[in-house]
Amino acid sequence: MGGADRVFIGAGAGFAGDRIDGAIPVVRTLAQADAPAFLIYETLAERTLALAQLDRMNGGAGYLSRLRSLLQPVIADCLRHRVRIIGNFGAAAPAQASKMIAALVAELGLPPARIAYVEGDDVLTGEVRTHLDAALARDGLPGEGLVAANAYIGAKGIVDALDAGADIVVTGRVADSALALGPLIHTFRWSWQDWDRLAAGTLAGHLLECAAQVTGGYFADPGVKDVPDLANVGFPIAEISAGGEIVVSKPSGTGGCVTAATVKEQLIYEIDDPGRYIAPDVVLDVTDVDVVELGRDRVLVRGARGRPAPETLRVLVCRKGGWLAEAEISYAGPNAVERGKLAVSVLTDRLRGQGHSAMRCDLIGISSIFGISIGDTGDSGAAVPGEVRVRLAVETADHETALRAAEEVEALYLCGPAGGCGVRRHVSQRLHSKALAIPRDAVRARAHFAGGLS
Amino acid sequence: MTSPARTVPLHRLAHARAGDKGNRLNIAVFAYEERYYPLLCEQVTEAAVAGLFAARRPSKITRYDLRRLHGFNFVLEDVLAGGVNASLFLDTHGKGLSFLLLTLPIVLPSQFAEADHER
Repeated sequence: MGGADRVFIGAGAGFAGDRIDGAIPVVRTLAQADAPAFLIYETLAERTLALAQLDRMNGGAGYLSRLRSLLQPVIADCLRHRVRIIGNFGAAAPAQASKMIAALVAELGLPPARIAYVEGDDVLTGEVRTHLDAALARDGLPGEGLVAANAYIGAKGIVDALDAGADIVVTGRVADSALALGPLIHTFRWSWQDWDRLAAGTLAGHLLECAAQVTGGYFADPGVKDVPDLANVGFPIAEISAGGEIVVSKPSGTGGCVTAATVKEQLIYEIDDPGRYIAPDVVLDVTDVDVVELGRDRVLVRGARGRPAPETLRVLVCRKGGWLAEAEISYAGPNAVERGKLAVSVLTDRLRGQGHSAMRCDLIGISSIFGISIGDTGDSGAAVPGEVRVRLAVETADHETALRAAEEVEALYLCGPAGGCGVRRHVSQRLHSKALAIPRDAVRARAHFAGGLS
Repeated sequence: MTSPARTVPLHRLAHARAGDKGNRLNIAVFAYEERYYPLLCEQVTEAAVAGLFAARRPSKITRYDLRRLHGFNFVLEDVLAGGVNASLFLDTHGKGLSFLLLTLPIVLPSQFAEADHER
């Protein structure tokens, strides 16, 4: 691999529910790249891993349930053209996920692939547990009822797997940006103390990790900032130089757009202090980053600065947290808003003293998102809506109380205001999460190969 | 030439995206054009945003200036009812709150009467 001066990294998915066909044009483009090419899948939002852990406890697979569907359309082309795949879709069971992928490869009649998985993020078991318990004690959290506790680990395990020749690397929890930083360190042999380059690689990962969010997805505002052919929005490809310059683009023939504006919105997405974005391998400073349009759907990003990696890693702890009941009913036509308000008043009366730990009623169409009514925001001239949807959300300690609460909304059919319609209700188990810190040296990422091939 | 100053929503001059981390919300705001940026620096203040988000009872609001990008990053602490796993809001992430910020009224001096991004 020595001597490569550029790397192409494409996004295959930006969250667990992302479009399955988004990766296809990306792989088609990467297959023709005249430099090392990688496809990354980021599918672990904050609660996804805990849900996977619950799934595993209930006899499920413990990895991303859509993993097979996501990989099936692209895996043959990736292996044929040496587009290596890196994904955190292993969730709570990276080893099992890699076995499933090996079986898929065999089923498709492809030559055996070198499939690696990375472990070490799970801090519930092993020696590292003492550090978790200490952190829990510091934050006054009890140690019972824990569903998952995973460290956001850095790129090391991914680099080791790629160095050992992996075609596919399956991880559980890693920092989202590590999915891109890993292949860059592997290819360019960047030093683990080359902070500015590690920062550039982290920034590349940050720009790619939400897939279409940098290519015109989550951006369109008709008549204000329009996006062409949003229905076929292309997933991004970044070309990164050995010096750390990033060019963001997308496959030809796809919809969406890559402009300075789409890149800027993603650049600051989920960032707090722009001078101090803490990743496991480096602290990233984007204060002096430049975003330059090079041409149509080609945007250059440069100027990331890095400072030494933090002494601690972020650990996300999830515990069972009771039950959530949600139910909705609609009112339309004359006096709809008043009928909706009456429904809220009836629900409030009926549920008073029923042992709910928290309760909330919203009028969807009036005040459900901002938490205040549209009229209060200074946006004058808001018309009275022709319909309104009443939403109840209740938190309870037990399943039965949650069911009873949701049933109160359904009962509004016969016992509530006139014209109530379209009831839907849903009761789900609740997870509470908290971020803790444990010493980085206590966490060891390890790469293994599935099926003994190495 | 002599058009009077007018008030327009921030939505006409800037675009924004919200993101969450735990109970903390960030909203990145960018001027559509560099020439609006000084105006927004004066008017899109922490105090103005505190007023808009009063119902969410933020414990702290910080504006980080992104001068090269002609934008800001607002960080609002404790506004997400505990965050995605604890909130009873329909929008547990607070993703839609970028558009609350874009309702902020901005006083446009007369020289901006022909603002390109007016809709």
